[in-house]
Amino acid sequence: MNLVIVVVVVAVIALIVGGVYNQLVRRRNEVDNAWSQIDVQLKRRLDLIPNLVETVKGYAAHEKTALEAVISARNSAMSTGASPHEQAAADNAVSSALRQLFALSEAYPDLKANQGFVSLQDELSNTESRIAYARQFYGDAVETYNTAIQKFPAVFVASMFKFSEREFFAAEEAARSVPEVKF
Amino acid sequence: MNDLIAANKRRTFFLLFGFVVITLLVGVAVGSLIDNGTTGTLIALVIAAVMAFSSYWKSDKIALAVSRAHPADEQEYRRLHNLVEGLCIAGGLPKPKVYIIQDDAPNAFATGRNPKNAAIAVTTGLLHVMNRVELEGVVAHELSHIKNYDILVSTLAVTLVGTIAIVTDLTLRMMWWNGGRVARSGDRNDRNNPLALIGLVLLLLAPILAKVMQAAVSRRRETLADVSAVRMTRYPPGLISALEKLQADNTVTHSASMATAHLWIEQPMSGVKDTGRLGMWHKLFNTHPPLAERIALLREM
Repeated sequence: MNLVIVVVVVAVIALIVGGVYNQLVRRRNEVDNAWSQIDVQLKRRLDLIPNLVETVKGYAAHEKTALEAVISARNSAMSTGASPHEQAAADNAVSSALRQLFALSEAYPDLKANQGFVSLQDELSNTESRIAYARQFYGDAVETYNTAIQKFPAVFVASMFKFSEREFFAAEEAARSVPEVKF
Repeated sequence: MNDLIAANKRRTFFLLFGFVVITLLVGVAVGSLIDNGTTGTLIALVIAAVMAFSSYWKSDKIALAVSRAHPADEQEYRRLHNLVEGLCIAGGLPKPKVYIIQDDAPNAFATGRNPKNAAIAVTTGLLHVMNRVELEGVVAHELSHIKNYDILVSTLAVTLVGTIAIVTDLTLRMMWWNGGRVARSGDRNDRNNPLALIGLVLLLLAPILAKVMQAAVSRRRETLADVSAVRMTRYPPGLISALEKLQADNTVTHSASMATAHLWIEQPMSGVKDTGRLGMWHKLFNTHPPLAERIALLREM
């Protein structure tokens, strides 16, 4: 009789642990998926850059510094590490280099009238907002996951199977400051 | 959030079940009124089953066709497509099909059975009236319907309410033809048939019951979708000013029918200004909470 009770209790505990474990795995996969979504968008942006550089060269080849800044920012972003912090830093460098290039392009009416350039500019600003959305989604997923592994009773299962907290994506200070506009 | 989604899926089941029961009762009533009981019941059972299955697979297409929606051209409506894609990334959803409805009234709805098979439709009026952030708010509201599985429940309701309405209507008309002139064998004995009387009452009540269910199913979802839309855009003022524009606008959405009324972001037919005694009735049949209420709720966030 006692044996039966013990067996039943153990079985129930095993079932609960299993259920919680499965849920945590699902949430963790969601975080990974959200992270790869950001990567997809970032890659898309990096793929657009060579085309942009070529187009700008055709009209403003002597703007060497700005062009080189964009290329080098792109190259370092291609070979960056995987942590949210490193990725954010590399990505911010690309953003500011691009911003400078677009600011310079204002001085070249022919370039601004180029259909290819206009559509590239469109595409890039579009991708920019998608990156922001993807980061938001990642933030949501991390929040849900971190909350899930901190809650009772999941916290025991989490520590048993080494579910660790994930890092939020923090915007760099530079990205937050408003860019200066001079006339 | 996930609990709400699970609750929604459960509610879908109950809705289907409820409609099947109503259809069955209608069938029994039809049977007792125009034929003998068992045949009517059997026919109703078949109709109910076919209806439940077909509406699960086809109801989105029906809803879109009834509203005269056509696919939005990728080039012509580039901005709309971009906006939808962006918000889908934010919400972690696959991109739904995008449809356009030629209608000057600003309105929009979402349909489908799950996020993988979903569609959103917006009117040309909406694209015309709203600026980018407002449009974002509206699209996020529709995407929230998709994410919360509201689309399944409400789209099912379209076909189910429609079927019940047709069947009861048909029966009542058949009785009308038969009644009065030609006496049939058995008519005299059936005059005091209590079953027939109950059946008649039931037939009259069924469409009303279906309508009330439709309205109840829909109202709470609207509020929920507003809240999750704001969570998606992170910008409450966008949706607030969109709702304010809808409030100021009182064009009737011609593409909407009574059956699809609850799908849209704004109630397509504005009811009579309800005061006093009519108030409760309107409340019972309204598919949407008043816009003012929805705006007030968003302001608090």
